[in-house]
Amino acid sequence: MELLLLAQVQDDMCMFRPASPPAESIRDLSILVLAITGLIFLIVEAVLVYCIIRFRRGAAGSEPPQFYGSKPIEIAWTAAPALIVFLLVLVTARTLWEVNVQPPEPREGDGALFVTVIGHQWWWEYQYEYYNGQKLGFATSNELHVPVDDAQLPRPVYLKLKSADVCHSFWVPKLAGKTDLIPGRTNHIWFQSKEPGVYLGQCAEYCGTQHAKMLIRVVAEPNMDFEKWLANEQRPAVEDPAAQKGKAALLAQSCINCHTIRFPDSPAKGTFGPDLTHLMSRTSLASGILRNTPQTLHDWVADPQKHKPGCLMPAFSVNEHDRALMVGYLSTLR
Amino acid sequence: MATVVRELELMPTAEPAHARSILSGWLTTVDHKQIGILYVVMAVCFLIIGGCEALVIRCQLFWPHSQLVAPDAFNGLFTMHGTTMVFFVGMPILIGIGNYLVPLMIGARDMAFPRLNALGFWATLFGGMLVYFSFATGGAPALGWFAYAPLTEHTFARGPATDLWALGLVVSGIGTTTAGINFIATILGMRAPGMTLRKIPFFTWTILWTAVQIVIAMPPLTAILVMILLDRNLGAHFFDVQNGGSALLWQHLFWFFGHPEVYILILPVFGMISEIIPVFSRKVLFGYEFMAAATAAIAFISLGVWAHHMFAVGLSRPEGLFFAVTSLLVSIPTGIKFFNWLATMYGGRISFASPMLFACGFLSMFLIGGLTGIMLAVVPFNFQLTDSYFVVGHFHWVLIGGTLFGTFAGIHYWYPKVTGRMLSERLARWQFCLLYIGFILTFGPMHIAGILGMPRRIYTYEAGLGWEIWNQLSTIGAIIQAPSFAIFAYNLIASLWKGKPAGDNPWDAWTLEWATTSPPPSYNFETIPTVHSRRPLWDLKHPDDPDWQYE
Repeated sequence: MELLLLAQVQDDMCMFRPASPPAESIRDLSILVLAITGLIFLIVEAVLVYCIIRFRRGAAGSEPPQFYGSKPIEIAWTAAPALIVFLLVLVTARTLWEVNVQPPEPREGDGALFVTVIGHQWWWEYQYEYYNGQKLGFATSNELHVPVDDAQLPRPVYLKLKSADVCHSFWVPKLAGKTDLIPGRTNHIWFQSKEPGVYLGQCAEYCGTQHAKMLIRVVAEPNMDFEKWLANEQRPAVEDPAAQKGKAALLAQSCINCHTIRFPDSPAKGTFGPDLTHLMSRTSLASGILRNTPQTLHDWVADPQKHKPGCLMPAFSVNEHDRALMVGYLSTLR
Repeated sequence: MATVVRELELMPTAEPAHARSILSGWLTTVDHKQIGILYVVMAVCFLIIGGCEALVIRCQLFWPHSQLVAPDAFNGLFTMHGTTMVFFVGMPILIGIGNYLVPLMIGARDMAFPRLNALGFWATLFGGMLVYFSFATGGAPALGWFAYAPLTEHTFARGPATDLWALGLVVSGIGTTTAGINFIATILGMRAPGMTLRKIPFFTWTILWTAVQIVIAMPPLTAILVMILLDRNLGAHFFDVQNGGSALLWQHLFWFFGHPEVYILILPVFGMISEIIPVFSRKVLFGYEFMAAATAAIAFISLGVWAHHMFAVGLSRPEGLFFAVTSLLVSIPTGIKFFNWLATMYGGRISFASPMLFACGFLSMFLIGGLTGIMLAVVPFNFQLTDSYFVVGHFHWVLIGGTLFGTFAGIHYWYPKVTGRMLSERLARWQFCLLYIGFILTFGPMHIAGILGMPRRIYTYEAGLGWEIWNQLSTIGAIIQAPSFAIFAYNLIASLWKGKPAGDNPWDAWTLEWATTSPPPSYNFETIPTVHSRRPLWDLKHPDDPDWQYE
């Protein structure tokens, strides 16, 4: 499963290879605008080069004839750009109305996924609200799983964007343009992935020290796989009898002040860091900068500052024995 | 007036110790020409500092996962680079050139308020020093030059760097505002007899509108900087969302200043280009009235376009469309200017001395910056491009391809007037070629990196996304550009001694500053000339066919 996903990771974030209707509308508009500006560029630079070559000073002579201006000419080259501007405004309005739509209310059988995205310094929290009209109500982080359109039903994804601290911006170029997450405001964005795969993006509004390492992975999967993933995420954390010592060690540490692990009567209810209930269902750690393996997890827990200097998770001086137990427990959280 | 003139003449020789008198002369001067030179020298020093910061940024981004500088050091570098280039290079160099030239061009003996003028310079310099003092307090502010709230709140920026940044900009903002007021008073009140507003040199006209924009745009900036200082130090909550403040408010108010700021940085350059192209094409400026109206139109429209920096903040569709329309409208008067410059060149006898070389660099490059600006005004396209490296490429194309090339054109044009010596044409050509090639190579690839999804202000990036090659080309371009600035600085200094004597009017130009000696005496003109047209020296040379017949 993991290998399959890695094989499908798109190795580009190019807005000109879209995989979602809003990104496609923007691509089409962009090509039109590039063609218009490209044409203006060619014409004006050609006139400039012509003037430079044709009128460069030859032998010394008298002053050339003086022209003070011409009203008809001025009116002509005021009107021409005005017409182009008018055209650009029309196509801008058309695409803007296509791309920028308010989300509908969730209802039974709509095939739509509703997720609230909360930007944190420097990771993403995803609160799953509704899918296909069913209430969900769990949180995960950094990797956003979404369904892919299928023959029966388009499966749009509506994201509600909020921030827990400073301004961020959600940008997955192949799916949609970017929209900011601003404290005190709620913004919306939508997309609809047509091909399964992992779409990459990252925070696009400077948000402090580790702005560069606030990566986004959107995992788009066929509905069957997505529903399987949903069912797993909704379950409480796995209880592996072999890892009970590690569980006890972890719950005794201050990890639980910032992280949540969902199981009955869990003391781990922190919301300052990512929800760890199904940590191992994610392919990456620390907002997409490390591959999630027990070894990297161990290194990360030992010293987050080494991998992401300035990040808000400190290195706790847990002894090697306890740390191995804790990581052992975390590795069972599929 | 006569007694004032005599005092000014006596001043430099009053002190017995010569070196000391020169120094105290510069420190206490209220002469617009000396203040103008101080502004330009200060700006060139800050240009070198800001340029070095940019070089470190480019070196860090040469490889993915580079460890040359730590994340916060990098974030501090781009904050200081942007702040420096906008507030302590761009504005002072243009205000300085305006300070030197405006009284000479309109036939005045000084600016309207000479002491206020000196205050303006010293406030700008001390503001810059305050901002840089943050390095001594444990690191530069790491905010980005537009310092979006709530990143500037005490919760997220603990050190004193942010306070010094805000305080420094308040102080330099006072300096800038006084300069704006002074320009308006000077241009409206101190013109030579016969020089109606319709006959002022075009550079003076653009400075007038720049000054109007300064007076309108600086107060909101000062206000929000004070609000930040209150939030941080006295427990106010202007931008603190948890306590009922608004983070978005900062963005609106900042860009209400920030977008006119962009035109503050380009209108005087339009003015310089409009002086240089006619002189080196040997033709009168084509369509002066339309050019003048276009300038005023840009100044007005620029007050209503600020939210095009904020298309991604979740504006409603009508709001987005409104700001797209106003932003696209700017391209009409800008287009008029462009076509008129080309029409001025058309049919002329163009000489490619260094000022015209840089002016052609300006024309060929500023066009591209304008066209990428159109792309950014198209809201849906903007959703993809904003805050990506495309934007970094775009505004550097405007500020270097536009402002810097134009300013270099102006400095090469007026240096003989200021110093009495010509700059070396050979060095100027080397400077131009290295800058032209290096500039295209640095900022061209940034557009592509942005289209490939690279956000701005990241201290490092992941490998394998196709970004490496474009970043490496950018860095190589920056390394090619660097020596052109060294050549420029060397040329400025060495030509003071080695340059050919310039004479009063080396370019055979037509505006009043060329009627006096080079350098001009402290009183500028022995007798204030009477003016009949926009090109008084043309009239003098062609009494049979003077300009005022056609204006």
